[in-house]
Amino acid sequence: MSTEDKRMGIVVSGSTNKGVEVRLDADTSVEDMVVGRYVTIEGRKRRFFGMITEVILGVTDLSLTQTPPDTHDSFISEVLCGTGTFGTLEVMPYLTIGGDTLSITDGPQPVKTIPSHYSTVQLAQDSDIELVFGKEDKERFYIGNPLDMETKLCINLPELVKRSNGIFGKSGTGKTFLTRILLIGMLQKSASVNLVFDMHSEYGWAGTSEKTREVKALKQLFPSKVAVFTLDEENSRKRGVSTDHVVRIGYNEIEPEDMSLLRETLNLTEPAVEAIYQMRRKFGSEWFLKTTQMSDSEGTKELLNSLNIHESTFQNLQRGLNMIKRLPFMQERTEQKTVNRIIEDLSRGLNVVLEFGRYTDITAYILVANLLTRRIYSHYRDKTEKSLSGLSEPPIPLVITIEEAHKFLNREIANKTIFGTIAREMRKYNVTLLVIDQRPSGIDEEIMSQLGTKITCLLDNERDMDSVLSGVSGKSELKSVLAKLSAKQQALIFGHSVPMPVAFRPREYGSAGSYKEFGAKADDFEQAQQDIEDLW
Amino acid sequence: MARCQTSDEIRQKGFDMNKEETQRIGEVIQSSTLGFAAQCYELDDFPPLGALVETQSGDNRVYGIVFNAATEAIEPGRKPLARGKNETSEEALYNANPQIAKLLKSEFQALAVGFKKDAKIWRYLPEQPVAIHSFVYLSPPADILEFSRSFEFLNTLLNSNITLAHEELIAACLRQMSAVQEDKHAFLVAAGKHLATGLSNDFNRLRTILERIKQ
Repeated sequence: MSTEDKRMGIVVSGSTNKGVEVRLDADTSVEDMVVGRYVTIEGRKRRFFGMITEVILGVTDLSLTQTPPDTHDSFISEVLCGTGTFGTLEVMPYLTIGGDTLSITDGPQPVKTIPSHYSTVQLAQDSDIELVFGKEDKERFYIGNPLDMETKLCINLPELVKRSNGIFGKSGTGKTFLTRILLIGMLQKSASVNLVFDMHSEYGWAGTSEKTREVKALKQLFPSKVAVFTLDEENSRKRGVSTDHVVRIGYNEIEPEDMSLLRETLNLTEPAVEAIYQMRRKFGSEWFLKTTQMSDSEGTKELLNSLNIHESTFQNLQRGLNMIKRLPFMQERTEQKTVNRIIEDLSRGLNVVLEFGRYTDITAYILVANLLTRRIYSHYRDKTEKSLSGLSEPPIPLVITIEEAHKFLNREIANKTIFGTIAREMRKYNVTLLVIDQRPSGIDEEIMSQLGTKITCLLDNERDMDSVLSGVSGKSELKSVLAKLSAKQQALIFGHSVPMPVAFRPREYGSAGSYKEFGAKADDFEQAQQDIEDLW
Repeated sequence: MARCQTSDEIRQKGFDMNKEETQRIGEVIQSSTLGFAAQCYELDDFPPLGALVETQSGDNRVYGIVFNAATEAIEPGRKPLARGKNETSEEALYNANPQIAKLLKSEFQALAVGFKKDAKIWRYLPEQPVAIHSFVYLSPPADILEFSRSFEFLNTLLNSNITLAHEELIAACLRQMSAVQEDKHAFLVAAGKHLATGLSNDFNRLRTILERIKQ
């Protein structure tokens, strides 16, 4: 098909800031135009790639809106279509490619100008998308299809994991599916390992789709590359999950920083958090146990007096600590086996998924995630520093996936938690984050601005949208694309690892064929086929 | 400008005199840059309002659109009188008063909208007014089809300085032209779209025209 056949209209005005206005040809229906779709603009000297950010109905004469013609008169409507009444698009150009050979070999570059007047605009073809995003290869991973297109949208995963990234979206918009797809991609192509804090046990063995169908997760698809750790052995066994290790946390492993993170969820007062640090100084690593064991005796009172801790504060603290103590995976003492085991697996290139089983309570999640991450991070830091001095190999890049990220990275605690540090320091120590959240406005702005690539499903809260799009050029235009994403299976990706923002439909996940496409083991595929046959 | 052309000269320019002779409707009696007035050979035998007429003037075949027609006394001071009170029919009236045809004349006026030179049509004013006494022909369908391939002439009509409402003239002209088109509807839609661009800030005028040309 020649490009002329696909012509939709011409550029009639524009600015680099706000994008260009495209007047649609009379035979192009506005109803065929979709916000978020890709277009190419043939300028005189260069070609531009852009995205439709707004579709507008226009009239040349205001009286057309004030005294509209008889709509039953098809002749007048036909005459007015495209002349007196017309459609316009707002298109944000993102990339450009020059006409000379040098520019063509360089590939698309970010735009610094806009196409000239009356440049023709066409819907982007598959070949254009391929030119911009590249083909699926050993580094590029196919994550989905641009809206209304069949072509594969590929992202460069080694590039992606160099920075912390975020996946956002309202509940039920497909964040989990998207994350699972991305995790598989990283597992295959990013040369990094993943540590997933799997709050709802969705990523390790099996997840569920909204049609209540069980879908396979990482361990089933790539058994040799994934280790599943669990906090809740019984639950895992019931679900038929083959786990590699049961995680236990010792009281002695809990540090005051972990508690300050839990201040809100445990309903601790400020003085109570202060008291924790005093207890730590007083009792050393045994502080947790000793504090919980302190009875209502004279000795206790004296101690509290000497530490200048008010009794009500102490009660508040004890209540909080007891809540943690009641968590079944807590033990009096461990020898940091869990952390070592995780580090060992990660350094062997295994991806680790930590299932929380029944402990989906946010207290358990924050405590465990923060505690383990802190240890793992310090291990990574040591190893990286050693490698810098030439003593050893640098560790395999690590991506830590956390859900409900706003609980770790909100304004109050972002600079206290290890996650805040990781997000800020980025790849210096080869550790980055993949944050998954439904309320991005709850995440500290500084952290949000450090996220390299953001993938967002539908968001409908104004503040959430603003927060996700903060610092992005053409924010208001992207916002209109974001607000109009479908509630399911549509997402917008923008940032470091993609040359331009793109709205896409994530690739299929959950069918036997899709598992095969992900390159899962052949026998898994056969098994899946078998499952289907059994089903019938 | 050499006025008189032999029929041979005219034929060389590709004009079929024999065929056109039958459609000859008058001759130019007044000429200006903007158009011309012609007298009909027969009383009341006018070309229709908005019709495309043409006349050979030198090298140019000049096209005009009829925008006005009138029958009046040859002598300005002598007004026609009603004479048919005792006649049974209008035909009987003419038979009883044979002088009527000699005392009255029918004239029409046309706006120049383009010309053909060296087999190419230009849809703007010719350089020279047409020569006086040039014969005026009703354009044959083939010429109308050729001339109406572009609607640029509509702009000349829109901007003309005539007392007749432009909307009436344009609508009449398009009705005339559409009659010879193969796809009448498509022709009128295309013309309407052209006008919609020209009248982009005046929908009411556009609507008046469209109402008059729709089928």
